[in-house]
Amino acid sequence: MNRIISKKQLSADVYEMTIEAPLIAKSRKAGQFLIVQIDTDWGERIPLTIADADPAAGTITMVFQTVGASTHKLAVLSPGDSVENVLGPLGNPTHIEKFGTVVCVGGGIGVAPLFPIVQAMKEAGNTVKVIIGARTKELVIFEDRMRKYADELVIVTDDGSYGRKALVTEPLREFCEADPKPDMSIAIGPPIMMKFCEKTTAEFDVPIMVSLNTIMIDGTGMCGGCRVTVGGETKFVCVDGPEFDGHKVDFENMMIRMRSYKDREDRDHHTCHIGLGIEPHAAPGGK
Amino acid sequence: MGSEMKTKEELNSDAERLLEPILAKKAAGGTISPKERLAIPVQEMPTQDPAARGKNVSEVALGYGECQARLEAERCLGCKNAPCVRGCPVQVPIPRFIEEIQKGDFKAAADTIKETNLLPAVCGRVCPQEKQCQLECTVGKSLKSIDNAVAIGRLERFVADWERENNKVTVPEVKPGTGKKVAVVGSGPAGLTVAADVAREGHRVTIFEAFHKTGGVMVYGIPEFRLPKSIVQAEVDILKKMGVSIETNFLVGRTRTVKELMEEDGFDAVFIGVGAGLPKFLGCPGENLVGVFSANEYLTRANLMKAYDAEKSATPIYQSRIVAVIGGGNVAMDAARMALRLGAAEVHVIYRRTRDEMPARAEEVEHAMEEGIVFDFLRNPEKILGDDQGRVTGMEVKKYELGEPDASGRRSPVPIAGSEYIFDCDTVIVALGNESNPLLTKTTDNLDVDRRGRIIVNEDQKTSLDRVYAGGDIVLGAATVILAMGEGRKAAAAINTLLK
Ligand SMILES: Cc1cc2nc3c(=O)[nH]c(=O)nc-3n(C[C@H](O)[C@H](O)[C@H](O)COP(=O)(O)OP(=O)(O)OC[C@H]3O[C@@H](n4cnc5c(N)ncnc54)[C@H](O)[C@@H]3O)c2cc1C
Ligand SMILES: Cc1cc2nc3c(=O)[nH]c(=O)nc-3n(C[C@H](O)[C@H](O)[C@H](O)COP(=O)(O)OP(=O)(O)OC[C@H]3O[C@@H](n4cnc5c(N)ncnc54)[C@H](O)[C@@H]3O)c2cc1C
Ligand code: SF4
Ligand code: SF4
Ligand code: FES
Repeated sequence: MNRIISKKQLSADVYEMTIEAPLIAKSRKAGQFLIVQIDTDWGERIPLTIADADPAAGTITMVFQTVGASTHKLAVLSPGDSVENVLGPLGNPTHIEKFGTVVCVGGGIGVAPLFPIVQAMKEAGNTVKVIIGARTKELVIFEDRMRKYADELVIVTDDGSYGRKALVTEPLREFCEADPKPDMSIAIGPPIMMKFCEKTTAEFDVPIMVSLNTIMIDGTGMCGGCRVTVGGETKFVCVDGPEFDGHKVDFENMMIRMRSYKDREDRDHHTCHIGLGIEPHAAPGGK
Repeated sequence: MGSEMKTKEELNSDAERLLEPILAKKAAGGTISPKERLAIPVQEMPTQDPAARGKNVSEVALGYGECQARLEAERCLGCKNAPCVRGCPVQVPIPRFIEEIQKGDFKAAADTIKETNLLPAVCGRVCPQEKQCQLECTVGKSLKSIDNAVAIGRLERFVADWERENNKVTVPEVKPGTGKKVAVVGSGPAGLTVAADVAREGHRVTIFEAFHKTGGVMVYGIPEFRLPKSIVQAEVDILKKMGVSIETNFLVGRTRTVKELMEEDGFDAVFIGVGAGLPKFLGCPGENLVGVFSANEYLTRANLMKAYDAEKSATPIYQSRIVAVIGGGNVAMDAARMALRLGAAEVHVIYRRTRDEMPARAEEVEHAMEEGIVFDFLRNPEKILGDDQGRVTGMEVKKYELGEPDASGRRSPVPIAGSEYIFDCDTVIVALGNESNPLLTKTTDNLDVDRRGRIIVNEDQKTSLDRVYAGGDIVLGAATVILAMGEGRKAAAAINTLLK
């Protein structure tokens, strides 16, 4: 079960992994995610988006960034190994319809979960404009795949090592200023990025969907650990989301909640590096 | 209590001294008169020392030794009308199983219980006996206190443990295969019961469970110190030996729908036992601050994900100093006692009514009090307060008094105007119970539910869909293990009739 078929390193700390999961491959839709656990007795349950699936081959693909202990442990598995527990597809599929012009913004690892949405939006007949943002050139992923579907593609890096030297909000603003302005926008990436994308689109009255990546355990609505405040109400990201109307999300509260276990994570991240024989490097930014 | 607490061995040898003359008299052909039986002291449950157990997750109640069990059994009068049986939701043949203990035939006692209750090791530990079988017991009534009733639950636990620990558990006989397939959704007590009863008839059963482990609330909610996971595992192992397949990491409604299971995967009937599983929150300001948890989240981290072992477990748990647990049921007791074990300096249970109205099992409340949990009765939070980092710093709490009885017959709490005060704490665990998780019902067309999301069933546990049955918390609302099992038995009987 859940045998790893292939693993590719896309950049310094981003991996693409394809695993056997025929039922999930068959039923998943764009925007849905998995809960993955490496070791039944002691492992943590972590959510990862289904970046792609091949129902005929019975496989699904995840793309993940090694940010802490669990993602590192996942990254050292090899083809032939199995991921002990994989639950999915979870969450509501992205609402896909023919909006007209849709701007899709992906930051860092968020580009991976954005891909199936871009694909589906295009297939629904939209004009799709894509913005990919990364800290530096070697962290840009999925460029070729996106090109196949995007009517327009803009790449920005924080340091200007590839594409434009800018934050994603700059081209987003330009798309919003264009005539006609976008009918819909979607942002997936670090919370801070989504927050500023929200601010930008709000100025132009452009609707925005964001995909939230809160801490989760069960992914089925049982624990409430993933809750966020949306429009003043408590919502569970795993069952009410993961996508929400960005103009209603309380990003401050969400970012605070995501740091709930910071101390423990930092410690584990460090020990895990030692345990796996990886040179400890600075914690990834944008968190 | 602490200083005079006797060890399991001491309690058992005390019992042995009292048991000897009774057994001698019986061996000589004499009978024990009701008066003599009523004179036998209630056998105390040996427990781990409160100071020690607050620092570990091992089981608190240690269980009777053989002499204690046999002596306690001698207290039973074997009432002809057996009022105790009427108090038990699944009508365990109580006088009969206790008589077997009196005879010293523990295996026969276990088999007798299993005629109606498939999980005696669990029920003996977690049933609210003082509201069920023991409430009706003649001995308790004669001795004018429920505390003096025959300890039916403890005896039930004793024989089940004896059977398991002595490798005397027999795998139920399974009839020749019928070729019919039954899907059981959820592996809580309701689902496990259906699986056993249906598999016995020779049908092929597959249990689908969303989590990576089987057992439902028995593994993710009720803590190790009250119900060791190995006991639940032993029950699951028996099912496997009976040929039941188990698919974990399978969320019915998402991985496959009920319709797909029936129409494409060839299941002839489906049982839905998905539990309640939707935590209630306070609905007050501050409920999404860092440090506010549902009991479900807190207990799942601690139990299922074993966060109590910070060295081995990858799942973190909040480090707390002062914990406020809101609620008065079993869930609240479990969360409070778990928080203590995870190192909190002070744990308070904040409850709107008083001890008399608490729905928790009496034994758990006693244990919690012994362990030093503080109970703040007639209080309810109005607001949770946080610092500039969004972390909990305290609560605004209002005082209450008891008014007239409400629909449930309990006196309802009435707020006292102007009584608010600030309670300092860094963690708030909301343990107000569970409502119905809508995930499965929303993804199953034409499955009728009531206003509160509970699946509507007929007297056979059949739902509005043909060949689809349901039972347990998803039908009853958050209830008990034994009621979930009872519904499972009814559903299984109906499924077996359907597939005849
Ligand atoms: C719906 C959803 C989809 C996601 N999709 C992807 C994806 O496709 N690719 C990807 O790389 N990441 C994705 N994430 C984020 C991913 O789950 C976290 O990066 C991962 O859990 C980190 O675990 P760790 O042990 O390696 O790091 P840790 O050191 O434990 O944590 C690093 C940070 O990750 C977050 N995190 C920690 N534990 C959890 C948890 N149990 N659940 C969620 N977040 C957690 C916290 O904010 C934490 O600060 C997604 C998250 C959600 C909620
Ligand atoms: C902390 C706590 C303490 C308790 N203490 C006691 C006690 O002392 N005594 C007592 O009698 N009762 C107690 N209860 C109540 C008791 O545990 C429940 O009434 C009982 O477990 C209900 O059984 P069930 O079979 O209906 O469901 P559950 O035990 O809730 O099991 C349901 C299972 O179904 C799974 N599931 C849900 N949805 C799906 C899906 N769509 N697909 C696949 N699987 C799914 C869940 O993961 C779960 O494993 C307690 C409850 C809690 C939460
Ligand atoms: S199942 Fe529960 S109520 Fe019934 S006899 Fe056993 S302990 Fe009592
Ligand atoms: S009511 Fe009490 S004394 Fe009578 S049979 Fe039941 S357990 Fe025994
Ligand atoms: S992860 Fe538990 S409710 Fe969403």
